[in-house]
Order: sequence, then C-alpha cells, then structure tokens
Amino acid sequence: MAAKPKLSMYWASSCGGCEVSLVNINEKILDVAANFDFYFCPCLLDTKKKDIEALKDGEIAITFFNGAIRTEENEEMAHLMRKKSAVLIAFGSCSYEGCIPGLSNLHTKAAHFDSIYLNNPTVDNPLGIVPKPETTVPEGKLTIPAFYEKVKTLSQVVDVDYSIPGCPPEPKQVWNVIEAVIQGKTLPPKGSLLGAGNSTVCQECERKKEDKKITRIYRTYEIIPDVETCLLEQGLLCMGIATSDGCGALCPKVNMPCTGCYGPPVGTLDQGAKMVAALGSIIDIGEKKGLSEDELARRADLIIDSMPDYSGTFYKYSLAGSILGGRKA
Amino acid sequence: MKRISIDPITRLEGHGKIEIFLNDDGDVVNTYFQVPELRGFEQFCVGRLAEEMPVITNRICGVCPEAHHLASVKALDELFGVTPPDAAKKIRELLYMAFYVTDHTTHFYALGGPDFIVGPDAPPAERNILGVVNKVGLDIAKQVIGCRARNHHVLEMIGGRGIHLPAGVPGGWSKSISEQERAEIEGIAKENIDFALFSLKAFDDIVLKNSAYLDLITSDIYVHNTYYMGLVDSQNRVNFYDGMVRIVDPEGKELIKYHPRDYTSVIAEHVEEWSYLKYPYIKSVGWKGFVDGMDSGIYAASPLSRLNVSDSMPTPKAQEHYERMYETLGSKKINGRYQPIHHRLVTHWARLIELLYAAEHMLELATDPEITSPKVRVIPERIVGKGVGCVEAPRGTLTHHYESDDKGVLTMVNMIVGTTNNYAPMTLSIKRAAEKLITKGKIVEQGLLNKIEMAFRLYDPCLSCATHSLPGQMPLIVNIRNNDGEVVRSFTR
Ligand code: SF4
Ligand code: SF4
Ligand code: SF4
Repeated sequence: MAAKPKLSMYWASSCGGCEVSLVNINEKILDVAANFDFYFCPCLLDTKKKDIEALKDGEIAITFFNGAIRTEENEEMAHLMRKKSAVLIAFGSCSYEGCIPGLSNLHTKAAHFDSIYLNNPTVDNPLGIVPKPETTVPEGKLTIPAFYEKVKTLSQVVDVDYSIPGCPPEPKQVWNVIEAVIQGKTLPPKGSLLGAGNSTVCQECERKKEDKKITRIYRTYEIIPDVETCLLEQGLLCMGIATSDGCGALCPKVNMPCTGCYGPPVGTLDQGAKMVAALGSIIDIGEKKGLSEDELARRADLIIDSMPDYSGTFYKYSLAGSILGGRKA
Repeated sequence: MKRISIDPITRLEGHGKIEIFLNDDGDVVNTYFQVPELRGFEQFCVGRLAEEMPVITNRICGVCPEAHHLASVKALDELFGVTPPDAAKKIRELLYMAFYVTDHTTHFYALGGPDFIVGPDAPPAERNILGVVNKVGLDIAKQVIGCRARNHHVLEMIGGRGIHLPAGVPGGWSKSISEQERAEIEGIAKENIDFALFSLKAFDDIVLKNSAYLDLITSDIYVHNTYYMGLVDSQNRVNFYDGMVRIVDPEGKELIKYHPRDYTSVIAEHVEEWSYLKYPYIKSVGWKGFVDGMDSGIYAASPLSRLNVSDSMPTPKAQEHYERMYETLGSKKINGRYQPIHHRLVTHWARLIELLYAAEHMLELATDPEITSPKVRVIPERIVGKGVGCVEAPRGTLTHHYESDDKGVLTMVNMIVGTTNNYAPMTLSIKRAAEKLITKGKIVEQGLLNKIEMAFRLYDPCLSCATHSLPGQMPLIVNIRNNDGEVVRSFTR
C-alpha cells in the first residue's frame, strides 16, 4: 500500500479557533484520518523542529499554516514548514492577512510592554521588569523568543501557495478544500483563495436591498435594526459589501453587521478602501445644490466623525496585510 | 548543573516551555514554566470602539470565545449604563451552558480521557483519543462527536457562529429565540443531561472502581494547599455567568467575597523577566514565590476551585454528585460546607459534575417561559465610561475591564484571563512532578513525561482541546543538557 500523503497543521501566533474549526467538521474528521497521514504540529519548538528538519524537502504534501508571525520563532517555523511542504496554505485570517491581532501594528512594541507589564491596574511591578529574550537566573540562562515590532502575515515572510480566508474559515469550507484534495481535483492556479467564492457576502445575504441612501451612520449599540432589510441601508457599517463570500452571511443572520473576517473579495487588494468607496456611493449628504464647498465638507466631516475608529472598523482583519499596514507589493 | 528542557509543551494561550535544573547530586533545584508568546490585546484594543470588544476579544481564544464574548458584553452593560432585559440575560446564559457542555465534553474525552480512561500507565501510543475509543467503544466516540456537534449547532443558532460569535450587544442580545428553536434546544438539553450522567457513570466504572486510579488521585503528587476562586450566586452556589467572586483559604474559610468591579483591590499580577505571562495572586496575602499554603497568595481557579468555593450546586442531580465527590474524598463538613479538596487530579471529576450542572441548567433555561420573549435589547442612553465584566470561563474566572472616552472609544483595557489564574498553580504541579520523578539523577523517563503532562492537563489550559482531540500524541520531548547547553540525552514520546 502506498504511503498516505502527509498533512500537517502548524500554528504560529494564533487563538486556536482555526484548529477548532477543523475539528468542527465533526465525523468527517475520520475521513481525514483515513486519507492522510495526519499529524498536528501544534507548537513544536526546537526538538520537534528536528523531526521536521529530518524530512525531505517537500515531503509534507500539504501544510495548513494558521496564526500570524509575531515572534522570531513563528518566522523560523514558517521558513521550515515552507521548505518541507509541497503545498503551503495560509489557513485563516491571521496567517492570510494578520486578522484582529494585526491591529497591534497601530502601536509600538514599547507601548504594548508598557500597558501590559508596567502601567496597568493590576500589575505589581516596582522594579519595572519586562520580559526579555534572555534572562540569567541563579541556575542558568532562560530564553524566550523575541517579540517583533510588527505582526506579519505568512506571505510577508515566505512564499505561499494558497490562502483560506475567514476567522476562522467555516468548517464546511475547510471540508470543501479537504474533500477536493481527497478526490484528486486539480487545484486552482497558485495564489488563489480556497474555501471562498468569487463574490461578496452581500451575494449570500438574504436581506432585502432597496438601493436606499443613508444620511447618517449608526453604531451598533444605537439602534435595533429591522430584521429583513439590508443593515447597511439602515445605517449600520456592514462590511459585507467589501468582504469575500464564503461564510454564508452568518453575522447579518443574527442582525449584526458583517465585520469583514473573510477579507477582501477576489480582485480587491484593499478591503478598507473598497468599503470607503462603497460608502461614498451610498451616503447621502443631503441637498447639495447651492451649498458652498465648506458646507459640503462640513457635512462630510460630520459623517466621518461618527466613525471614530477608522482602522479598527475598515481594517479590522486586514491591517497587517493591507497597503496601509505595509504589505509587500 | 544539569538542565532538562521540555520544549515544547503546548496548549496554553500559545506555547509553553519547561526548564528543570538539577544540582550535582542529580536532584531538582528549580523548575521554570515559561510562556514564550504574547499577542498584546490590552494595548491594541485601546482606540477601538467599545461595542466592538465582544467580537475583538473572541480572538483571544478560539477554544473559549464564548467566555470572552460574555465577559465583554457584561463589561459593556456597565460601560453603557444599561441593564439587559431578563430574556437577554437568559439567552446569554443558555448559550453559555451549551458552550460549557461542548467544552467540558471535549476536555474529558479527548484530553483528560487518555489519562484516566486508558490509564496512567498505558503505553504512550495508546494514550490518546483512539485509545479512549478502543477502551470504551466506537459508539462512545460517535456520541462525543454528536454531543459537540449538537451544541455547536445551538451556539450558531443563538450566537450567529460556532466559533467567534457576533450576537452580544451592550444592553442585551441581537437576536431572540423562536418557539421552534426553543423546542429544538430543549431536546438537545435533555440529550445533554443523559450524556452527562453517562459520563459520570463511565468515570465511576473506569476510574473510581479501579484502586490503582483511585490511589493516583489520592496520592500526594498534586496536592497543593492554595486559595481557591470562583463566582457564586446569592446562596453561595456555583454560577458560571454571574454573581460575586468568592475566595476561600486553604482550610475552606471565606477570605473575601467581592463584586467583580472591585477586582483591582483584591488581585495583583507579578511579572517575571523570563515569561510573557503574568502571575496573578491575592494582594492581601502577597506574592511569596512558587509556594503554596496559607501565607502564599497563589490561588487556583478551575472546576475544582469553583466547587471548593461554593456551598452547593444549584441543580438537583449535580448536587447529588457534588456530595458524593466530597464524601468519597473524605472531606469533612465545617459550618455547613465541605472542606476544600486539594488533590488536583480530582479536577476531572469536578469537571463532569459541572457538565451535568450545565446540562440541567440548560434545560431549565430552555423551558423558561420568558426565553422566547422578543424583548432582548435595551438601547443605552449614556456612556458611563467604565465597565468590568466577569464570568467563569471553563478554565477559571475571567475578568474584562474597559475604560472609554465620552464617544465610547476605549482608553484602557485590562483583562485577567481564565488560564492565567492557574499559571502559578500549574508551575507548582510541574515542579512537584519533577521532584517526585527525578531523584539522584535517576529519571523515570516515561513517568516524568506522563506526570508532567497530567499536571497541566488537569487545568485544561487553553488550546488543549483543540490540539488533542485528534488521533496522535502530544509531542513532548525532554532534553537533558550539560552545562554547555549541549543535549546529552533525549527522549521522546
Ligand atoms: S484566524 Fe481567527 S480563528 Fe484563526 S487563529 Fe486567527 S484569530 Fe483564531
Ligand atoms: S450590506 Fe450587509 S446586510 Fe446588506 S446585503 Fe450586504 S451583507 Fe447583507
Ligand atoms: S458575515 Fe462577515 S464577519 Fe460574519 S462570518 Fe461572514 S465574513 Fe465573517
């Protein structure tokens, strides 16, 4: 019997939700085990790294790499997994575009250390200790990996074959990808998104769209939206219009706006810019005739003021990978 | 001096690493349990819109996003000065019970299961979920998968998503429950109760009726006389969603009962240079290093801790099993309540009792006439600017604290996360295991690996379920290095 292809899943800086999503394919996990020589590499530092190093280059058929690159150790592992995997897939938003933890790039490393270890309501730290990569204790030397100044996506450090978007990718989409591999289907061209569609969340959303303009933006706590009509047309900042389809429009189903976890739709580089453009065409700043430039600007400013967190709203998941966040190319 | 590195151990909020130092006689002089990972939520949440926090803090942990989501909406209720309608509170709690059932089930069968069901001395190749299946039958494995699936279905129905739900809003919940959904949930809750009782029976048959296992549970290897923390209701009964935080001392006397918003006057966090994770402790007792006892501020917050701080369980079947657990372990009743159990391996049993409570309470909520009320939201009228929210995460008391400006943009965020509470106790357990299994340079190899693994498994540190629920073993490697750091011996499982 031919050896089963090796499948691995490695986490870098991650929350574990991507792994849970894989487990949530439920009984199909038994099919995965039947078709692959499946081993997790849940957090393999040096020594296990040796086991992987001992493999031939490309010996792992597919690696799902989830989590962002936050520490030097994450980056080392990214290089190693790249080398040993025939196909390397950025699995989930963290690895693909930085995700919510990528908002960390709006702040310096020093600011993080300050608010976590020094100036914080519970911390008791009279000596002002902060973690260091190397510490000498009475018994010897202890090391921890250095914390990077910025969060990086997987493709910012190594060559990536495919990406599966979503925070996390929905289990049914994870299964779609695995099933296609099991059935020996030809994979799309390198660089494609897997486990997503070619359109936007709006296409999957069952809410009624009436092409209504909005005159102001509401924050989610301010209104109880109608349950049948489009949330954006009710003034809520629903990112569905600037987000790749794939989840089945889950958030609007429970009356909450899409926050954009599936990332930009195919063909769009910058999710935030796409959303701003979409807003431009839906916002009605009132009767414009006869108004001075200043008055128009004032009205526009009023609307912009009602969105006090531009990056956290429009780039909640994509900041680290966006042009704004210094994405390569 | 010799050093032993266990690198990697996994399954904390990220990664973990253990260093054990031996003296020239080959005895343990010290152990270090390091967490080499940080993601920095407390800083990058500053500047965000307060109402986005339930969705943002989900991403702290994909294993228990529901806990973060609920601690977060409760903090927002305060920050926006609003009281959710009763139906919303009940929906939140109902969702939380479904979550507890799936989470505790995953832990018991996939993670704790290998240690107990397969047996602590079984060969490593069998000490995994497949070994569990072999011992208890494929049928049970299907039941476990089925239990997870039906409760994740409830999470998606009420919360919007199986992982990283969006439905929590300040002042309530974004969606009400229809009668049809309610009826389905009621059926699921009933199945959950049967499953919990079945699991307790399995624990009884496999673990309690086996003297070798019972000896292990009652041996002194993981006995730590620490303080305990947990949320209790007005009658000092266990509560996962709401209440006051109660701390009892190692003898079981109440040290303090405080409102979550006063947490800063009770809890402090100690920082070490060699780890990204902080060590919380009880301020009034003080940080005395890695020691237990009355004078050390180290406390545990876990299923066993929650039972230890409570006077009783709020549901009848869980109460029966609660009494049985304390009686079996020989705990005496003092002033109407049982003395705490310090044997940490009993945490697995406590987890199953909580599973039963969650299932029973889920049924109570699913049959509550108010649960289908359409009134699930109140629109806040002001921004107070400060809020603290607290729930019991499966892995310990979880506290979120936010401050905002008058537009509701966050200016300060502080969180004490479930697993973090147990960082010091886990360190104690690991050290104890090392000391017991390494003497005069003699290392019980397999034993060391197993016992260290069991030491932190019982606390169920975050990510554990995610990584251990599939066929395969936990990658645990021990290196023994000489003074120059070269590996002189290595063993693995
Ligand atoms: S993409 Fe989302 S679910 Fe996956 S690791 Fe990142 S935060 Fe967690
Ligand atoms: S904007 Fe949101 S609510 Fe409207 S159609 Fe798109 S996804 Fe649905
Ligand atoms: S609706 Fe948007 S935020 Fe919600 S799951 Fe889908 S893509 Fe993610």
